Amino acid sequence: MHETALQIVELYVFLLAGFVGFLVITRVPPLLHTPLMSATNAISGISLVGSLVAAGSGHARLTTFLGFLAVVAATINVVGGFLITDRMLKMFHRARPEAGKGGKER
Amino acid sequence: MSRVLVIEASYLAASVFFILGLRSLTRPDSARRGMQQAAVGMLLAICGTLLHREIVEYHWILAGLAIGGAIGWPMGMWVPMTAMPQRIAASHMFGAIAATLVGIAEFDRMGNGAFVSRPLMAALGFEVMFGSLTITGSLMAFLKLQELVPGVPITFRGQNAVNGGLFALTVALFLYLVWQPDTAWAFYLMVVLGLVIGVSLVLPIGGADMPVVISLLNSYAGLASSATGFAIGNNVLIIAGALDGASGFILSIAMSRAMNRSFGNVLFGAFGAPPPAAAAGAGPLPVRAISVEDAAVQLAYAQKVIVVPGYGLAVAQAQHAVKELAALIEKNGGEVKYAIHPVAGRMPGHMNVLLAEADIPYDKLREMEEVNPEFPSCDVALVIGANDVVNPAARTDRGSPIFGMPILDVDRAKQVIVLKRSMAPGFAGIENLLFHAPNTSMLFGDAKVSLQRLAEQVKQV
Repeated sequence: MHETALQIVELYVFLLAGFVGFLVITRVPPLLHTPLMSATNAISGISLVGSLVAAGSGHARLTTFLGFLAVVAATINVVGGFLITDRMLKMFHRARPEAGKGGKER
Repeated sequence: MSRVLVIEASYLAASVFFILGLRSLTRPDSARRGMQQAAVGMLLAICGTLLHREIVEYHWILAGLAIGGAIGWPMGMWVPMTAMPQRIAASHMFGAIAATLVGIAEFDRMGNGAFVSRPLMAALGFEVMFGSLTITGSLMAFLKLQELVPGVPITFRGQNAVNGGLFALTVALFLYLVWQPDTAWAFYLMVVLGLVIGVSLVLPIGGADMPVVISLLNSYAGLASSATGFAIGNNVLIIAGALDGASGFILSIAMSRAMNRSFGNVLFGAFGAPPPAAAAGAGPLPVRAISVEDAAVQLAYAQKVIVVPGYGLAVAQAQHAVKELAALIEKNGGEVKYAIHPVAGRMPGHMNVLLAEADIPYDKLREMEEVNPEFPSCDVALVIGANDVVNPAARTDRGSPIFGMPILDVDRAKQVIVLKRSMAPGFAGIENLLFHAPNTSMLFGDAKVSLQRLAEQVKQV
């Protein structure tokens, strides 16, 4: 019974998060759709959290090995995802005012 | 107890930072800082997890983090913007690999299913099913975008029936597993079938349909992560996965709408090559070629120029050349804007990123609805490597496979200059009426070279 109650709560979390995601993401302009994709990729690299436990739990050879591979894959997404999102977002800027002598910020 | 509290607090903080980070993406000037905060949230969650009581040894973890970081760093820092679509496809794959492997490890750890409850099995089943099909699906997308596999649709007779059969079999295995979790063979067979479906799903899809597929795989990868969260009882995973899933879902709807395909059509993978267009009836249509010199004169004296970029711009890596030409036109007193079709390129927002890379300010980029009324007052529309998204047949020709697709009304501009390699038909093999319109001139050649030569000529005018 307790387990069932817990799973219902998880379902609530999923639905509410999906709802929030829908409301927030529909407002992201097409201009930033590519950064949005790489950002959500980086964020879903949070599955690293599950991989860490599998890799470090010392249960069985196979679990540890699969966990290790999962840590590698998820870390690639986290590190690469946040870096490339930042690199892209850095490039988007408004027209610079003509007044300045073209001094680039960055 | 306090340890659990610290871990849970780090997860809660991460969830809040993730949502705020995504919200920051609604405005370009706040986006960068918001995503940096999301990265901090990620770091918190990882540090919190390392305190987990179940973790008893750290060497595999450290090795994994080091190797993953060593691969991820160059993928983040040095992948060129033109390679962004395949880069995104690859990261869908890595996300799905992580989710699937955690699912398999969990199943194996619980006595190959012997101690798995039915609800848990449902979560694990979803996880490895979506995970495995996303792995190979994304791999196929990656290979096609990288052109290691031909980008044209690969089809065979009865493909839809085979795919449907595979899918039905997988769902049947899933249901059987939920009923009878202690059946290892069914679990692993389902993983294998998922891998096969991923391949056969993306095989029949051509380059121009990639934006939809990439968005859809994004959504699947998110759902797999979310299912992982259900399986190991972790809320931050459920939340992050749901956000990813929602994002992919919204993008696939936006993309399929921009191609005038129903979402059901997309979901069931019945998309691919449109039926070959009926053979052109009345012989070859007239085409007017233009010299660089003449095109340069038009551009030099234009008051208003709208640039329409397409995938050809990315292929030729011509974004910096566009910027140079635009600067010269602006120096002559002309106004330059950029019209971006939602499915121009190979992924959502592809053109925006390329133009941003060339240091073109984003307030000069215009979305389709916004820019279409401006074409009649535009002196020259400069089409660079775009084809289907500017084909007026979508408005006029009921028989055309792309009829009804919203397009950029380039044909309404006073003059149109199309930069194109040759008269070879586009990816879909659809005749483009724009190229034969009386106000259109074609400038043949590599887009980058043409743009550079145009810039030289404009300088001299």
